[in-house]
Amino acid sequence: MSARATRLRRALSSARSIVVVVAAAVWLLPAVFVVAGSFKPDALVLSEANGWRALWPSHPTLSNYGDVLRRVQFGRILFNSFVINLGIVGGGLVVNSLAGYALARLRFRGRALILAIVLALLVVPLEAIAVPLFYQMTVLGGRDTYWAQILPFVANAFSVYLFYSFFLDFPRELEEAARVDGASTLRTFVEVVVPNSAPAFASVTIVTLLLYWGLYLWPLMITSSVDVRPLPLGLASFRTLPPLQWGDIMAFAVMMVVPAIVLFLALQRWFVAGIATVGVKR
Amino acid sequence: MSSVRRSGRAARILDAPLLLTLPALVGLLLFVGLPFALAVGMSFTNLRLGSPLPLEWVGLEQYTRLLGDETFRRALVNNAYFAAVIVPVQTALALAAALAVDGSFRGRGFARAAFFIPALFPMAMVAVVWELIYAPGAQGPLNAVGQALGVWMPRDFLRDPVLAMPSLMVLSVWQGMGLQMVILLAGLQAIPRDLYESARLDGAGAWSRFVHVTLPQLRNPLVFVVVITALLAFRLFDQVQILTRGGPGDATTTVMYEAVTAAFTRQQVGAASAMSVVFFCVVVLITALGRRAFRQEASTA
Repeated sequence: MSARATRLRRALSSARSIVVVVAAAVWLLPAVFVVAGSFKPDALVLSEANGWRALWPSHPTLSNYGDVLRRVQFGRILFNSFVINLGIVGGGLVVNSLAGYALARLRFRGRALILAIVLALLVVPLEAIAVPLFYQMTVLGGRDTYWAQILPFVANAFSVYLFYSFFLDFPRELEEAARVDGASTLRTFVEVVVPNSAPAFASVTIVTLLLYWGLYLWPLMITSSVDVRPLPLGLASFRTLPPLQWGDIMAFAVMMVVPAIVLFLALQRWFVAGIATVGVKR
Repeated sequence: MSSVRRSGRAARILDAPLLLTLPALVGLLLFVGLPFALAVGMSFTNLRLGSPLPLEWVGLEQYTRLLGDETFRRALVNNAYFAAVIVPVQTALALAAALAVDGSFRGRGFARAAFFIPALFPMAMVAVVWELIYAPGAQGPLNAVGQALGVWMPRDFLRDPVLAMPSLMVLSVWQGMGLQMVILLAGLQAIPRDLYESARLDGAGAWSRFVHVTLPQLRNPLVFVVVITALLAFRLFDQVQILTRGGPGDATTTVMYEAVTAAFTRQQVGAASAMSVVFFCVVVLITALGRRAFRQEASTA
């Protein structure tokens, strides 16, 4: 009797396993199509697109990857994305964690007002201010620069808020021990709080990257030179660069997302934890 | 006791809490607060770059003009249409995927990664790639699927007035679902196991446990997911700019696409600012509704 129930449960479990894995594989088909297309001659990408061969590199070649490197300065565009995101994330971690910490743990005049400003600005999306911000940055000489793609996004109300809510729960005993030893606020923060807050910093890093690495509208407005353009815009302009060669476009797409996927697989645990704090803890 | 020594004064100033908040505060005021104030201010003017007309305060004229502008009204309707479809569909799919990959089974790692990976792709990349998937004629992959299944005849998805918008929705859901799934999955895993146990002891079946335990417990993550999906729907721009340029006709134009076109191809900064403000009001409305749904939960819990 119970042996039958166990068998039934096991069968159900493997049926579920099969259904979920098949659904996941189907969900990934567009990505498989891109990867397969990136490894076949340009003409075959479209001509084989209407059959199962669309998902298979029928005549494997690396020529598309070579073409991308030859036709555009891919290395430069990749480097641009790297610099911009490093600036946004690095600067943001410093500036927003300090503000979040002060707001959560210190008592001072103006604290309530600053917190109110942060919470109010949390609501303003980039899109709502992009047009005036564009003119502002133009006046400041920010067109076609890295800094105009970094500076506006370093201070981030959402990151301040995430740090703020994280530091509210930070154990006071650790700080007090340092305080008793006579350490300043800044030193306490750097030497005691930061080393014990890796999850908060990881979460903010991940959320910031997810929000900003795909940014398209802003660089579209503020840049016109390939020297400072990031990957998403690089791909979109490569798409319109004649001659239209789908194999090359697929290769560009693969090359641009491989770093993100590698980073994700390496930090998967942090990813999930980071996104979880954002969605659940609030 | 005497931690304040020679360098006391400088250290104390550097130690002032206000100073720690200053870099973030200045950045926020300069790059969010100021442009926002500028947007509101310019929306009351006739500012147009390169225009011979003198700069004038025109009051609400930009707004009344927007109300009468058929293209802008269509843009608002398109955004609402996009939100109305994408919010329920994407949330339901994300919830289904989260439930599917919760618990332990063989292939779980693969399934989770496969559902999530598109969320790592920038929307610009997804748009460029899906242009080929939507390729017109019998050669297009999606048309081939439709024909093989005998469901539809080859069509030109992105240039069809009726299909263009749903086509943008499909690729947006494909890209966006994974992130929502992870948020909901985290929510699922935060539900105390004993709630399920006691429901089981009360004789609740799987469906009843889902309705009476899972859904109420998942309320906050669900509200969060619904709100960010709705906000993304009103921010719709990248896909439109890359794939349809608002067309055919005005079938896929959006508030942001209109604002950017007004500002950059027609140099109408005043009009673009008014559009930005309208967009912002929608964002505030959605956020306020979301916060209310959030708070209710906190008080009943």
